[in-house]
Amino acid sequence: MIDDSYELLIIGAGPAGMAAACEAASHGVRVAVLDNQTSPGGQIYRNVDRATDSRNRILGKDYVKGRLLVDRFKQCGGSYFSEATVWFLDEKRRVGVLIDDKSYFVSADKLVLATGAQERPMPIKGWQLPGVMTAGAGQILLKSAGMVPEGRLVLAGTGPLILLLAYQYLQAGVKFDALIDTTPQGAMLRSLGKLFEALPAVDYLLKGLKMMLAVRQAGIPVYHGVEGLGAVGEEKLEAVRFDAGKAGLKKVTDCELQADTLLLHQGVIPNFRLPLAAGCEIEWDAQQQNWIVVTDEWGRSSDADIYVVGDGSRISGAEASALQGRLAGMHISFQLGKINAGKLEALSGPVVKSYKRHLSIRPFLDSCYTPSPRYLVPDDATLVCRCEEISAGEIRQAVRLGCTGPNQVKSFTRCGMGPCQGSQCSSTVSLIISEQLGKPMTEVGCIRVRPPLSPITLGQLSEV
Amino acid sequence: MRSDAIVIGAGIHGCSVALHLARSGIEPVVFERSHPGRHASGVNAGGVRRLGRHFSEVPLSIAAMKQWWNIRDLVDDDCGFESSGQVKVAESEEEFDLLKSRVKKLEMDGYEHEEIITRSELKDRIPAISDHCRGAIVCQGDGHAKPFRTVYAFYAASKRAGARFFRDQAVDSIKRAGQTWKVTTRDFTCEAPVLINCAGAWGNQIAALLDEQVPLEPTALMLMISERLPHFCTPVVGATQRTLSFKQFSNGTVLIGGGLQGYVDMSRQQGHVDIDELAINTRTARDIFPLMEKARIIRCWAGIEGVTPDQIPVISPSSTYSDAYHVFGFSGHGFQLGPITGSIISDLVNHQSTELPIEDFSIERFVLAEHR
Amino acid sequence: MFKTIEDHAADTVGITVEGVPHRVPANISVAAAALLCGLGSVRETPVTGVGRLPYCMMGVCFDCLMKINGQPNQRACQVMVAADMTVERQLGAAEFEEF
Repeated sequence: MIDDSYELLIIGAGPAGMAAACEAASHGVRVAVLDNQTSPGGQIYRNVDRATDSRNRILGKDYVKGRLLVDRFKQCGGSYFSEATVWFLDEKRRVGVLIDDKSYFVSADKLVLATGAQERPMPIKGWQLPGVMTAGAGQILLKSAGMVPEGRLVLAGTGPLILLLAYQYLQAGVKFDALIDTTPQGAMLRSLGKLFEALPAVDYLLKGLKMMLAVRQAGIPVYHGVEGLGAVGEEKLEAVRFDAGKAGLKKVTDCELQADTLLLHQGVIPNFRLPLAAGCEIEWDAQQQNWIVVTDEWGRSSDADIYVVGDGSRISGAEASALQGRLAGMHISFQLGKINAGKLEALSGPVVKSYKRHLSIRPFLDSCYTPSPRYLVPDDATLVCRCEEISAGEIRQAVRLGCTGPNQVKSFTRCGMGPCQGSQCSSTVSLIISEQLGKPMTEVGCIRVRPPLSPITLGQLSEV
Repeated sequence: MRSDAIVIGAGIHGCSVALHLARSGIEPVVFERSHPGRHASGVNAGGVRRLGRHFSEVPLSIAAMKQWWNIRDLVDDDCGFESSGQVKVAESEEEFDLLKSRVKKLEMDGYEHEEIITRSELKDRIPAISDHCRGAIVCQGDGHAKPFRTVYAFYAASKRAGARFFRDQAVDSIKRAGQTWKVTTRDFTCEAPVLINCAGAWGNQIAALLDEQVPLEPTALMLMISERLPHFCTPVVGATQRTLSFKQFSNGTVLIGGGLQGYVDMSRQQGHVDIDELAINTRTARDIFPLMEKARIIRCWAGIEGVTPDQIPVISPSSTYSDAYHVFGFSGHGFQLGPITGSIISDLVNHQSTELPIEDFSIERFVLAEHR
Repeated sequence: MFKTIEDHAADTVGITVEGVPHRVPANISVAAAALLCGLGSVRETPVTGVGRLPYCMMGVCFDCLMKINGQPNQRACQVMVAADMTVERQLGAAEFEEF
């Protein structure tokens, strides 16, 4: 069973968490890893150790290679707890976790938060309708259950994942009805300037081109620079519509496509609720348009005993995340006296080099796929808070009444008070306020994270 | 800038004072270090009760209740007030005796708002309540409101009445020159003939600037709220010797609190939850409402409130200077008194007297002898 | 809405969804199973009563809340199917037997 304390406690068994565990354990650190999935891998390598051959063919070798890391992780000697839900974390580094419906408190000398990314909310009209899901959800169904959509399918949004999913669906023999690209007109051109920097990571670029070609060759209609995207339907999704866009060179206006499933995506953002609960310093990244956790080159946050690595601190992708996890694992081993400074330097040198190579693609990707402000700040009629069903108009009304920050808006409207605790609305609320009051995001701030980080029954709370 | 009065703090009391002053023709400037209702005023349990009040507070609470029943007339908003009644349960025969003697004492003083009910009457009112509860006091007409909305209603009403609010303006200094108060904040200096300290948990810091030392303890009072549940409880329920305030809102969520303390971080002005203390609260809630066992808690928080040694507030003219007043230290039960403190201060400012008995809330009970 | 592209015949479990028995692949989440069984919605919101289906599938959005083995408001994407499991739509607020 789980102990009361460890030298190192890692939350999240994605690439960053697994790599940190492997590294630290290899130097003799007593490590435990908590993860909410049934098997290690995170979202990117979800279910990789159980995937069938046919699934692996569809998902491709970038997915399959996760198997190596997962296998190493399983043998690294750390304690691994699957289906563990972290429901509490405070500034004293006390971790409350639910395992088999029972709550435990665990403390640690060092903490690694590797909670990965979540998809950036894409609050378009009708996004709450049954039949509208995220592209990530579509991919999770493919990875974890070998499931694909049936009927008329539309993919819409921006960012590498939507293209990857389109490609994977084609490999799976799934025909879809349209790919709607909401990347703002001209973003691609503007980001060309960053292309040179990205050359060390040319492999990423080539993969992207290959996927785009495959979609074209399959004869799927592709609409670019699409504005005014919305989901239409009474009780469920019936159609996807948009005001304007381009099909090739042809201008398209007021387009409506019948659809049973719409998969939305506009990039991923750090799932930073745990770092926020632990009191780690955050800042607004204007390029990525999301909050990031401030860390040093070892992944150490403003709390020197808490490391925040991988996409959970700043979006950097699976490979870079694993390398950052390793660096944190090394530095923690050094801090705990398991290795000396010389060894830390020798070990970290090549990892830092490789980490930088993988990061070099980011400025290009971030610039190319910066989401359009139109899809970040919705119009009044669009729902912002899915839990409490609060529209953008209600948020603007609260601001007009004198609320100047997201926590005031929350108190006033209940926006962000539902069970998801703002995971789907927090950044939208802040962006709306920022736009309405003309205040920078750093001044506006974000919705505070309150315990429990995941709902817990009164009975379970009574037994702590 | 100049104004008729300076109010420090835009919590429920600061906003109420500003409203009543403005309506009496004295248009104040209000300086708030953060935003209206940032701390205890905006994040408390929203209990609107006369039930269980300290005997010194009873006359004020009764007067405040009359304003609550007509709250829309006062602030043009219903503040989410629901007159659901409040109940204080006895979990043992001994506690029941305590409640009975309390009601007897109130009756002797001429108050009839609190009534004793038996176990079966209690069960009739709240079938979900645990069988071990022996009886209760019930107070009809009490209820609950939405705290943040209430503060904003008072804030908006006082602005309409002519009060001017400035946010993010912690007070740096207070000076007295002749008959004039001069208050300096980050961005402003304001002069006025009258000063009212409504600074909540920071009230003693403002008092200290007037050479008055009040032993005020900043505390973080914790609350938690459940997911939506089917309706099972109308009145607000409290316990007798254990800490509990339990209420179900019309949207189905259940709020559990009562005054258990988390941690205060005064440097960052934040309250933090102490999960072990909170567990004490959940056990009490579960004992009294066994059906809550499997209900999920979705959010816990802590609001900063100033507590005095005798746990009743300071509502008082300054002991050191004329034309200065204090309204703070409500010790976790000031929300319901909000509407009346504004009336009292307005009366004191305009007529140098009030009809309500406020002697027990005098700052002089704390101020050291040498400062008198 | 969704279909499986693999032959799971050898490895399935029997569950009851909205009172109807189904055989679904073992090792999938309840949310995946609900989609496979063709539910039009897995819950009706407690706010306005509109229907929802799973949205994020990774435990953050809380839109897949269902009643699983009698326990209300379970995140169906975080619970794996098991033999003889009963799965029901979550209609409004959580309701317990005691209520």
